[in-house]
Amino acid sequence: MRVADYLNILLFNREYVNIKIGGSNNMFDERKLREVSKERQRWETTKVPSWIERHPEKKNKYSTVSGVQVKRLYTPEDIEHFDYVKDLGFPGEYPFTRGLHATMYRGRLWTMRQFSGFGTAEQTNERFKYLLSEGETGLSIAFDYPTIMGYDSDHSMATGEVGQCGVAVSSLKDMETLFNGIPLNKVSTSMTINGPAAMLLAMYIAIGDKQGVPREKLDGTTQNDNLKEFFAQKLCLFPPKPSLKLSTDIIEYCTRHLPHWNPVSISGYHIREAGSNAVQELAFTLADGIAYVESTLERGLKVDEFAPRLSFFFASHNDFFEEIAKFRAARRLWAKIMKERFNAEDPRSLWMRMHVQTSGCTLTAQQPVNNVMRVAFQSLAAVLGGTQSLHTNSFDEALALPCEEAVRVALRTQQIIAYESGVTDTIDQLGGSYYVEYLTNKMEERAMRYIDRIDAMGGVSSAIERGFFQKEIADSAYLYQKEIESRQRTLVGVNDYTVEKDWVPMELLRVHPEVEEEQVARLRKMKKERDNRKVKEVLDKLHDETDRDRNLMPIIIKALKTYATLGEITEVLRTVFGEYRELIVV
Amino acid sequence: MTAERKIRVLIAKPGLDSHDRGAKIVARALRDAGMEIIYTGLRQTPEQIVETALQEDVNVIGLSILSGAHKVLFPKIMELIKEKGMDDVLVFAGGIIPQEDIRDLKRIGIKEVFGPGTPTGTLVEFVQENAKR
Amino acid sequence: MGQVAQLVQGVLRRNRRSIAKAITVIENNEPEAPKIVAQLFQKTGKAHVIGITGPTGSGKSTLIEKLIRELRKSGKTVGVIAVDPTSPFTGGAFLGDRVRMQEHSTDEGVFIRSMANRNATGGLSRATKDVIRILDASGKDVIIVETVGAGQSEVEIVKVSNTVIVVLAPGLGDDIQAIKAGIMEIGDIFVVNKADRQNANKTWSEVQAMLEMNTEEKSWKPSVLKTKALTGEGIAELLARIEEHREYLKKGAFEVHRKGEAETELVEAIKQKIVESIIADLRHTGEWEKLKQKILTKEADPYSVADEVLKKLVHG
Repeated sequence: MRVADYLNILLFNREYVNIKIGGSNNMFDERKLREVSKERQRWETTKVPSWIERHPEKKNKYSTVSGVQVKRLYTPEDIEHFDYVKDLGFPGEYPFTRGLHATMYRGRLWTMRQFSGFGTAEQTNERFKYLLSEGETGLSIAFDYPTIMGYDSDHSMATGEVGQCGVAVSSLKDMETLFNGIPLNKVSTSMTINGPAAMLLAMYIAIGDKQGVPREKLDGTTQNDNLKEFFAQKLCLFPPKPSLKLSTDIIEYCTRHLPHWNPVSISGYHIREAGSNAVQELAFTLADGIAYVESTLERGLKVDEFAPRLSFFFASHNDFFEEIAKFRAARRLWAKIMKERFNAEDPRSLWMRMHVQTSGCTLTAQQPVNNVMRVAFQSLAAVLGGTQSLHTNSFDEALALPCEEAVRVALRTQQIIAYESGVTDTIDQLGGSYYVEYLTNKMEERAMRYIDRIDAMGGVSSAIERGFFQKEIADSAYLYQKEIESRQRTLVGVNDYTVEKDWVPMELLRVHPEVEEEQVARLRKMKKERDNRKVKEVLDKLHDETDRDRNLMPIIIKALKTYATLGEITEVLRTVFGEYRELIVV
Repeated sequence: MTAERKIRVLIAKPGLDSHDRGAKIVARALRDAGMEIIYTGLRQTPEQIVETALQEDVNVIGLSILSGAHKVLFPKIMELIKEKGMDDVLVFAGGIIPQEDIRDLKRIGIKEVFGPGTPTGTLVEFVQENAKR
Repeated sequence: MGQVAQLVQGVLRRNRRSIAKAITVIENNEPEAPKIVAQLFQKTGKAHVIGITGPTGSGKSTLIEKLIRELRKSGKTVGVIAVDPTSPFTGGAFLGDRVRMQEHSTDEGVFIRSMANRNATGGLSRATKDVIRILDASGKDVIIVETVGAGQSEVEIVKVSNTVIVVLAPGLGDDIQAIKAGIMEIGDIFVVNKADRQNANKTWSEVQAMLEMNTEEKSWKPSVLKTKALTGEGIAELLARIEEHREYLKKGAFEVHRKGEAETELVEAIKQKIVESIIADLRHTGEWEKLKQKILTKEADPYSVADEVLKKLVHG
């Protein structure tokens, strides 16, 4: 180490990095770097202090939401090891930092996919048709809580919940209504469903069969990420082991029969919404991804057979550059993991295809129209981060389910970015920015540190059992809240710039209680009219196959076609698998 | 003899939704303010909530719901509380609850409804001022 | 009718609200507490008290949930007292043990109460003991006391229980090492839970070996059982072993145990009375503040001050 480096560390507390002399791969010439360093020091000791004297900085310390210290200025020194070919490469090529595809949005925009669903299947069917006519390119179904928890609409636990936060689907009958007049070979459908994912996918397949759409033509995604349920979303039906089994059943089945289906959407979104920071979101999501790959490999599939269909789902939060860095780092890190850890060879196995949703928990109930701006910045970050698909939240979501007008504004926000802002004209617009590259490195580095820790604990399942994720997330959530309350972080309209009376431009959507009555009546009628002998037979068979640890997809499809309900099928699985009780970590 | 009284609070999540971020932050803030928090986890029925409050002899019940089922579940809980003669228990609620529903909820005895963005300090103060000890 | 009489009658009539209120009086150490205990005292002594301790993550709550289920099947009524630590910094506590037992919360034959230890060293066992008495007087056949096995509470749980179960789990190796010294003497039954985990056998033989090292002559030989609380495996065996221990206690050990217990309790009670009355006296005369001031100004150390107080008491 040279004297200058020692001084650097002592004086500026910078991490010591060994600058290679001669024949270096670094982008920056060492002599030039030293010049930058000298100049920066001069600037910091002469220009800055006198300016600060007259115009003090607002804070003593700046940091991202994840706690990465933010400096006043970034220069080549902060990415002195920057190696363009190794760290960035070219779009569509390893390590995919600059994007998955060669021409990115110049060739094809991201899929504008608005999550929606409420009330009865008819109502949601109408909303779907409306969205398709407004230019949306993919459907995304929100189910109500009873459906998500595997209860039929007439179950006692469903009281008051039917159709409230999504559409109620208790049987193939409801799904038929939901897709009435929507040909499955013309749309791609994303289903936010985890515990009962097998049942909902089976219904979709059954409808395809009825419409005469071959299974290999079905296009869409089941979230089917049961692992994150245990520590983030907490909508768990079964204990961890059978939950992972069901997720893997779907991955295996789709690999063999539904080549265009994304069997799992490995989700950081819920981890983030539960309160984690960006680094944790990134790390825990990739750790889950590793667990699914390992579990599917155990079924005897080869990595290149299924890895290309694994997809991801992230949140886009308020910290603009940190989010962009997160998306870029996620792609690079996943490519490395697939290549180095799992020896994947097919370039598509290295792709991290991602869907992004703007962050629901950043929306405020105060001055709700301000949320339009939040959503715009968050979606811009997702686009600059190179997402494949995007959901923009509606500004009224901290108050109620979004009304039609609010949904339209949300969709228009994406269209304005896509068609007016000009950002789609070139690829990875911020690539090479000292700050963004520095943050991208930091994100990767810190996420990798978490992944190593999780590996050392014996993987995701053991970490769940120890409450590791739960504790990490709860701590971050509390910290964030404290930062807002102490006004270290400003939340416009909440802890600053408040008003006496909020202005809500339109009437909020209300789901009427009659929805529940109608749905329950319809379901009971259906249960009476179907061939109940057949239903019993097929449920017994399901019990049998569950006992024998078979892949359950084929029998579930069969069962649904007899109009056995979601609740009945889940009940059979519950008796074999047992029920999950959460581990409380505060 | 020195009596040592503490405010005991039940933080309960009725309904099927799993958004416990708010409930947990509230639990933590009240605990850090020196209270004893009983937490019962997700998806509790009205019967379980009220029976727990009774056995734990809490001074306060905090209900959190984001699924929209409050219109059905909260009145049930309040009915059970009255039935068991627990009128001295302070009940507050939090979550995504539309303005016009808040009026109805207050009418059935829920003292206050806190929306998203409420500082935890406000909550702590509210509980300290209103809990009967 | 006065508050005390009302509560006492309510407890005896198994009124759940009265039971809960009576427990609060004890917990808060209200002036009525000794009166309630005194009036219920004769109606106590029938319940079998099982203490369950072990490190965080060993699955105690799940195990208790399964025990409740089995006990209820055989028609027994159950009381549960789940003790958690109070934060020494804020005085608050987070009591989350009942999450796993919530499905029994609406069962008339089960009463679950969470308690914070309120930083009382020594005091915990007194309060717990009296809460047990309330549940006992309200007719519970079995009372389960759950504490996290770390430090003080191990010793405390022995003071209040007839049968002590120590729950361990594989993969918590460090914890076992740390609490080994404390737990080996207190357990009547040892349980290695989560027996389907890797290293379960290793943990089992470790505990076994530690027990064998203890050569002290005892008429009850603690044994080590394996359970999977999540699926309920091993619970029947555990209950059988608990029953064996109860039989063993009945055959005489119980009397010895109770005599010892009575003596300790009497000593504790006298100590408490003396201390409280001395302090009350000093407060009354205003002496208390002066004595405190002496220590604060470094005029004298606490022990000398205590000596001074005692001398005055003895010599008048």
